[in-house]
Amino acid sequence: MAMLSFEKKYRVRGGTLVGGDLFDFWVGPFYVGFFGVTTLFFSALGTALIIYGAALGPTWNIWQINIAPPDIKYGLALAPLKEGGLWQIITFCAIGAFSSWALREVEICRKLGIGYHVPFAFAVAIFAYVVLVVVRPFLMGAWGYGFPYGILSHLDWVSNTGYQYLHFHYNPAHMLAVTFFFTTTLALAMHGGLILSATNPAKGETVKSPEHEDTFFRDTIGYSIGTLGIHRLGLFLALSAGFWSAVCIVISGPFWTQGWPEWWGWWLNLPVWR
Amino acid sequence: MRTLLAVAGAVAALFLTIAMLGTAGWTRPPMAQQQTGFRGTAMDVIETRANKAAKIEANQAPAPADPAEPGGDKASAVYQNVKVLGDLSADNFNRLMASMTEWVAPEQGCTYCHNTENMADDSLYQKRVARRMLQMVQHINSTWKENHVHEAGVTCYTCHRGQPVPKNIWFENPGPNAGHGVIPRNNGQNVASPQVGLTSLPYGVYAAFYAHKNTPEDAIRVNATSALPETKGKPIQDAEKTFAIMISMAQSLGVNCTFCHNTRSVADWSTSTPNRVAAWHGIRMVRDLNEDYMLPLSETLPPNRHGPLGDVPKMNCATCHNGANKPLNGAHVVETYPELAGPVASADMPAGVPAQPAATPDPAMPAPAPKP
Repeated sequence: MAMLSFEKKYRVRGGTLVGGDLFDFWVGPFYVGFFGVTTLFFSALGTALIIYGAALGPTWNIWQINIAPPDIKYGLALAPLKEGGLWQIITFCAIGAFSSWALREVEICRKLGIGYHVPFAFAVAIFAYVVLVVVRPFLMGAWGYGFPYGILSHLDWVSNTGYQYLHFHYNPAHMLAVTFFFTTTLALAMHGGLILSATNPAKGETVKSPEHEDTFFRDTIGYSIGTLGIHRLGLFLALSAGFWSAVCIVISGPFWTQGWPEWWGWWLNLPVWR
Repeated sequence: MRTLLAVAGAVAALFLTIAMLGTAGWTRPPMAQQQTGFRGTAMDVIETRANKAAKIEANQAPAPADPAEPGGDKASAVYQNVKVLGDLSADNFNRLMASMTEWVAPEQGCTYCHNTENMADDSLYQKRVARRMLQMVQHINSTWKENHVHEAGVTCYTCHRGQPVPKNIWFENPGPNAGHGVIPRNNGQNVASPQVGLTSLPYGVYAAFYAHKNTPEDAIRVNATSALPETKGKPIQDAEKTFAIMISMAQSLGVNCTFCHNTRSVADWSTSTPNRVAAWHGIRMVRDLNEDYMLPLSETLPPNRHGPLGDVPKMNCATCHNGANKPLNGAHVVETYPELAGPVASADMPAGVPAQPAATPDPAMPAPAPKP
């Protein structure tokens, strides 16, 4: 793959966390590094195990393939391979692959001398996954509380887990997460729209400046968060969405066992109007 | 001014956070574990070990009374006006009377139902109701044995728990502000009612689903049975009522939706758990008991036992279950009281004549349905 003339100056040695110079090379456009190797290892092993699990199962229908976690009775122990053990190894591989990818991003950041914002953001997504398949099952006392790996089966898990609390939309952290998810898309849409509007003026006119962008929002809502601020806001909204998603599931079970609508009883019972 | 507002806001937020953390009812591990579906489907009972232990403790069956000496004269020969339990030996009859006192009126004692000057006297409404309730217990333990109560059976204690009036009963719900001159137009919902788990769902659902035997078989079913609409289908209000009654059932039994359903398709029997079959029959049992045993007591029970709309107290799942998926932890309570196992004694059931003229005449008790 051809390299652009200026790219070479960014391909500097060093910045690795592990492995020294051994894996400090590129394959085509891709930086490898120690964590590129481990990413590849865990991804390949995990995917192969998923295919093996599918082969053991009753169907090759892509929608219905299901790698389910162990029965609850196995607790936090290892389960037989065909009764959830596969799920346990695949989960280990997934966390290994995701973490390796994040650390590979860290190494690239170090090479470039930029901040760790991207690996940090990805780490929040990994955190949400780890909360789902490790932290919450650990708190509940069985790996069986993790979600199954399958397109439809994981949706069934989501449905049933929601109904375990009778009406999951009353979960306050779920409310926050949903709000952040929607606000993220709102902010992204407005930001994308604003940039495109400034860079696509009427025919014959020059491209407009950030001053125009700021003025649009000052005129509309009296305030513009600014060119850098919108990216801070975007990152905050997106990470908050993932963070509160993790919170909403980890409190469901370990720290709340009733229907979520009943949680709001504390508000109804405030001494002010009880 | 801005600082002041910021401080006030922070104080309010702090107060609310403390109230939320302290009073919402948060729990903590370790968890009790009970799986109800295939692994990975998230069909489980979710409760802490502490809560499970407390529930088991709160639902202990009382120890049965010592067995009576076998033999002896029949109660009907020894005592007068014994309508339901006349075939028992007098000793056994007295044993049951003592147990009933413990089960229903331990503080009030015999005088709760009996005129001690003349124990055969039917003047107290409590006695006439108790007689009907005895028949009901026999009816439950015989007619509903196969489909709902099984070997466990029920006694008075299953519902009463040492109280003359069971804790979990229901009346027709007039809604908030009823009788204040203003008719609330809330469509029977949106008031965070405890019987529907503090949701905004309709609160008058017991009357809609539990009161009558002839409730249509599809009253609770709102799911479409075809991918695309072929008929008008049911309105969303019906779906909300169904959700409301289901929440009530789950809470009555201390379980969640996945105890009976795989919610990927709640209507699908093939993916539901066997518990759903028991629940289906339980709904029919509640309707049967309310219509044949509770509603006919409207003249027998005095007005102070009636609800705000003048209806008799009625039962739902929680009346027996009291928050446990097996009442009294599934103890076989009827084993040591075979006289309560039915079938219903004395199909001809006079209401009993009060000693003094009652304010309202007693209705003739309807005869229970004949056995096939």
